[in-house]
Amino acid sequence: MRLNPLISSAALATLAFLYLPMLAVAVLSFNKTRYGLQWSGFTWDWYVRLFSNPDILEAARNTFVLALVSTLIATVLGTLFAIALERYPWPRRSQGFLENLLYLPVVTPDIIFAVALVVAFGAFRAVSSLFEPGLFTMVLGHVTFQIAFVALTVRSRLKSLGHELDEAARDLYASYGYYVRRVLLPLLTPGIVAGAMLAFTLSLDDFVISFFTAGPTSQTLPLLIYASVRRGVTPEIHALSTLIFLVTVLLVLASERLTRR
Amino acid sequence: MNRRMVWFGELTTPAQLYRRGLWFLLPAAIWILGLLVIPGLSLVALSFAERGQYGEVVWNFSLENYRRLLGYGIFGWSPDTILILLRSLWVAFVTTLICIVLAYPLAFFIASRPPRTRYLWLALVIIPFWTNLVIRTYAWQMLLAPDFPFAKLAQALGLLAPDSGLYPSPLAVYIGMITAFLPFVVMPLFSSVERLDWSLVEAAQDLYASRIRTFFQAIWPQTLPGLTVGIILTFIPAMGMFVIPDLLGGAKYLLVGNLIQQQFYASRDWPYGAAVSLGLMVMTLIGLAIYRRRGKDVDLV
Repeated sequence: MRLNPLISSAALATLAFLYLPMLAVAVLSFNKTRYGLQWSGFTWDWYVRLFSNPDILEAARNTFVLALVSTLIATVLGTLFAIALERYPWPRRSQGFLENLLYLPVVTPDIIFAVALVVAFGAFRAVSSLFEPGLFTMVLGHVTFQIAFVALTVRSRLKSLGHELDEAARDLYASYGYYVRRVLLPLLTPGIVAGAMLAFTLSLDDFVISFFTAGPTSQTLPLLIYASVRRGVTPEIHALSTLIFLVTVLLVLASERLTRR
Repeated sequence: MNRRMVWFGELTTPAQLYRRGLWFLLPAAIWILGLLVIPGLSLVALSFAERGQYGEVVWNFSLENYRRLLGYGIFGWSPDTILILLRSLWVAFVTTLICIVLAYPLAFFIASRPPRTRYLWLALVIIPFWTNLVIRTYAWQMLLAPDFPFAKLAQALGLLAPDSGLYPSPLAVYIGMITAFLPFVVMPLFSSVERLDWSLVEAAQDLYASRIRTFFQAIWPQTLPGLTVGIILTFIPAMGMFVIPDLLGGAKYLLVGNLIQQQFYASRDWPYGAAVSLGLMVMTLIGLAIYRRRGKDVDLV
């Protein structure tokens, strides 16, 4: 396909526009001055200070624990849901209901989702002290939106697999357990891994759900960045943002490779 | 119903199979029901309650919150909330429109790359969108600050008072929104462009259609499925957005997301916040109804 040069340059300009914010932050993270945007020399200092700031380290730890735990739960639940949805002969009407249930977390604006959780946790707290705001309530919230993304990713893999291998396994007298272990799961692995990575990144990135469900002791990196943007940003935040950006790029490239296999 | 069938070496019936499938299904279904559907319903219930003197919830049935939503307050009718709702609709509409205009060249550009590098270019579009929204929004605060070249240029052109920045302003909100949502339009649009039937475009050109006519009659209809998904993925979250207007808009440019957040924090008026949330949900559902009718053959994710 030949493309009008005008279109190509518009496309490249748009791409540059998307990268401009990250570029600015990355450049400033190496800037010597503490205040202002004037360039005054190169330094690694902010990166060094980043790793000796206890608040940031604590927030990083919370972010990763939260993402890891919620991804594990969401991956198991989402995968089971996708298998059930694709491989069991549900009546058409229940199938439609289940699909709507699956799309619900994807299409609900996250602020409504978050506010609903605040209300529900308030009500649950009246019954049990388990629901004090903190990492636990954040995990509950994150898993809820992650399940849908895992299930949708695994489901699209299941659809592309077709039913031939199921039938082959059945014809060759595989038991159901053997079929799941030796046929279904190995074939699904790329989809499961891609879904899990998507869920993990979504959790790392999430601000709104965390903002509403976090407790006083469960600061995460996005919450910390938000708070410091409101208070006045320090160059450590530039360095932190740049590092997060780099980690995200690596995760995206890794999941690209996995899904293409 | 009790038709017998053989399934993995077992003689079974569909009813038995459902029961087995239910075990796969229940954990996730219970999770979503318990933490999304029931909380959502409790939000509905809450919207009919009243705010107590100290910000607590008083369970008296009342339609007061919905009257307030429509603008009837103790000081007579004032359309503040309606204006915020309409502004949210407008901002979401303009954002979506600009995203579409910018996404077309990008989608065609990616589709025109050789197959080997095509997915790399697509990844390049997606990467900024995986970077935390708060960080990107904050980065725009910096880029639009008074001593950054953009503001300096606007000052030199006389568009801006000296020493003032381009943020907070509605313009800054739009810029933030476009950076946040552009990839959501590019990705589905690209998948439509990639499958484009070029023979129709050639036919249009053979028949001496103008470029504009070729676009609207041979290309546009073919990209409609992808475009519909892009519009839904942008329009709905753009309406509920609160981070971007909060950080880039200043106090005078609130959207419905900010209004909801205020009710749950600053004003501690949960019942009213719940009513506003339901207003937003209704707008969302209308958007989805349109999606159901237009974009059936495309998956949402």
